[in-house]
Amino acid sequence: MSTYHSRAAGRLMVAPSVVLLFLWMIVPLGLTIYFSFLHYNLLMPGTETWTGFLNYSYFLTDPAFFTAIVNTLLIVVGVLIITIVGGILLALLLDQPMFGQGILRILVISPFFVMPTVAALVWKNMFMNPVSGLLAFLQKSMGFQPHDWLASTPLLAIIIIVAWQWLPFATLILLTALQSLDEEQREAAEMDGAGPVYRFIYIVMPHLGRAVTVVILIQTIFLLSVFAEILVTTNGGPGTDSTNLAYLVYAQALLQYDVGGASAGGIVAVILANIVAIFLMRMIGKTLEA
Amino acid sequence: MARRVTRTRKWAVTIIAWAIGILIFFPILWTFLTSFKTEGEAVAMPPSLLLFDWTLDNYREVQQRSDYFMHFLNSVTISLGSTVIGLIIAVPAAWAMAFQPTKRTKDLLMWMLSTKMMPAVGVLVPIYLIFRDTGLLDSRLGLTIILTLIDLPIIIWMLYTYFKEIPTEILEAARMDGASLYNEIVHVLTPMAVPGIASTLLLNVILAWNEAFWTLNLTAAQAAPLTAFIASYSSPEGLFYAKLSAASTMAIAPILILGWFSQKQLVRGLTFGAVK
Repeated sequence: MSTYHSRAAGRLMVAPSVVLLFLWMIVPLGLTIYFSFLHYNLLMPGTETWTGFLNYSYFLTDPAFFTAIVNTLLIVVGVLIITIVGGILLALLLDQPMFGQGILRILVISPFFVMPTVAALVWKNMFMNPVSGLLAFLQKSMGFQPHDWLASTPLLAIIIIVAWQWLPFATLILLTALQSLDEEQREAAEMDGAGPVYRFIYIVMPHLGRAVTVVILIQTIFLLSVFAEILVTTNGGPGTDSTNLAYLVYAQALLQYDVGGASAGGIVAVILANIVAIFLMRMIGKTLEA
Repeated sequence: MARRVTRTRKWAVTIIAWAIGILIFFPILWTFLTSFKTEGEAVAMPPSLLLFDWTLDNYREVQQRSDYFMHFLNSVTISLGSTVIGLIIAVPAAWAMAFQPTKRTKDLLMWMLSTKMMPAVGVLVPIYLIFRDTGLLDSRLGLTIILTLIDLPIIIWMLYTYFKEIPTEILEAARMDGASLYNEIVHVLTPMAVPGIASTLLLNVILAWNEAFWTLNLTAAQAAPLTAFIASYSSPEGLFYAKLSAASTMAIAPILILGWFSQKQLVRGLTFGAVK
C-alpha cells in the first residue's frame, strides 16, 4: 500500500535521525583522527605540528596501554561471568513459588537504578574501607586481618561494584524469559521422568539462549567503557592497576593535556570496540531473527 | 494442572530467596539508614542497625553546604530535556520504519544501534574542545544535546518495537470506514502509540539520570547534575559517611521509585523487544 508519495514522506520522517546520528558519528570521529596525527598540547595552544604516527607508536608502546587493554577485558569478562551465572541462579530461584515475590523482585532490581557514582562511593567508603568499612568489621569480628580492597585488589573491587549494578539487570531479563517458558513443556518432561538437571540442560537453557545473548550484548556496550566507578574510587591506581582504556584516554587528555596522544588512544579504543561489536552484532542479528 | 508445592518447600524457598534479596539490597538500605545517623554513629564499631538517635541534620547540611536542589534541578532538566527532544526526533523515524518498512530498514536500524557501540572516549577530546570554544562547557544546554544524541538510537529502537505491534489492519479498517486522516491519527493511532511512547520516556529518563561519563567530563560547578555532584564527595568528604549517605539517598530516591514502576518496560525496552 506504500505509494511513491508515502515512501517519500517516510524518508523525510527518517531523515532527521539519520542525519543527526551520521554527523554525531563522523564529525567528532574525524576530528579525533586528525588530532591523533598532531603534536597538540592543551597548555601550549598554537604550537600544533604534524607528527605522523608518533602518537600511535608512543601510545601503543606505553606499558600502561597494555595494562589498560587487559584491565578493560578483565572488567568485561569478569562482570559478564558473575552477572550471567549469578543471574541464571537467581532467576531460577525467584521463579519458584514463594511468599512476597513481588516485593522481593523490587529489592533485587534496585541496584540497577543507583547511579554509578553513588554505587562506587558507597562501596568504597562504607563497605571496602579497611578501617571503618563494614566488610573490614566483618573480617575483624571473625578474627581475620581486614582486607584493603582498593589498595591491594583494586580491579577486583571495581569488578564487584560494577557486577553489583548489573546483576539485577541480568536477573530481571532472565527471569522474564524464564516466566515465558511453556509450563506444559516442563511438565511433560517431568512426567517422562526427566530429572531437574536434565530439564535444566535440555529445556530451560535452550529457552534462555536468546535472553543471555541480549544480556551479553547490552552489558558489553556499557562495560567496555566503565569510567565513573574508576574515577571516584581508585583514579586508575595504584599505578595503573585499575586503569582501563576509557580511563587511560581520559587521563591523557584532561589530566596531562596531551590531545594528540589521547586522540590516538581514543582511536585505538574505537577499533577495539568495533572488533567486539562485529562479533556481537552478528550474534544478535542471528538470535533476533530466529 | 497446577503443580502441587509442599508448604515446607515454599517456606524454604521464601527464606533463601529473601536472604539473598536483602543481601543484594543491603548497600542501599545501609546508605538509607546511615543518612539518619550522626557522623560518630556512622563509623561506630560495631555498627548499630536501627538503635541510634535518628536525625535529619545531614539532609539539612547537604542542602545548605552544596546546594543539592540546584543539582537536582540540573538532573531533571537534562534527563527530561534530552528525552523529550529525542522523542520529537525519533517518533517520526520509528513510525516510518515500523509502518512503511523498506528493504533497507533492518540495516538502518542495525546501523543506528552500532553508533551506540562507539566508545565515548573516542570522541571525548574533540567534543571537549568544541564545547570549550563555543561556551557549552558546564552548560545544561550542551549536556542536553550530547545526551539526546547518545540516547537517540535506543529511543528509536524502543519506539520501533512498540509501533511494530500496532496492527496495520486497524488502520486499513478505519480508512475503509471513511475516517479522515485527522481522525485516523487522533482517534486510532494516538491511543495505541501513547503507551509505547510513555514507556520509552520513562526508561530514557532513568538512563539519562544515571549517565556518568559525559556528565562528569563536561560539567563543573554550574550545570553539574547529581551524578557529578556526588562525585565531588569522592575525597576527602566521602569519609563523612552520614553526609555522603544523605546526599546519595537524595540522588537515587526519585529514580529508584520511578524504576520500580518501570520493571516491565525496562525488560522490553532494553532488550529491543527480544525478551518480553
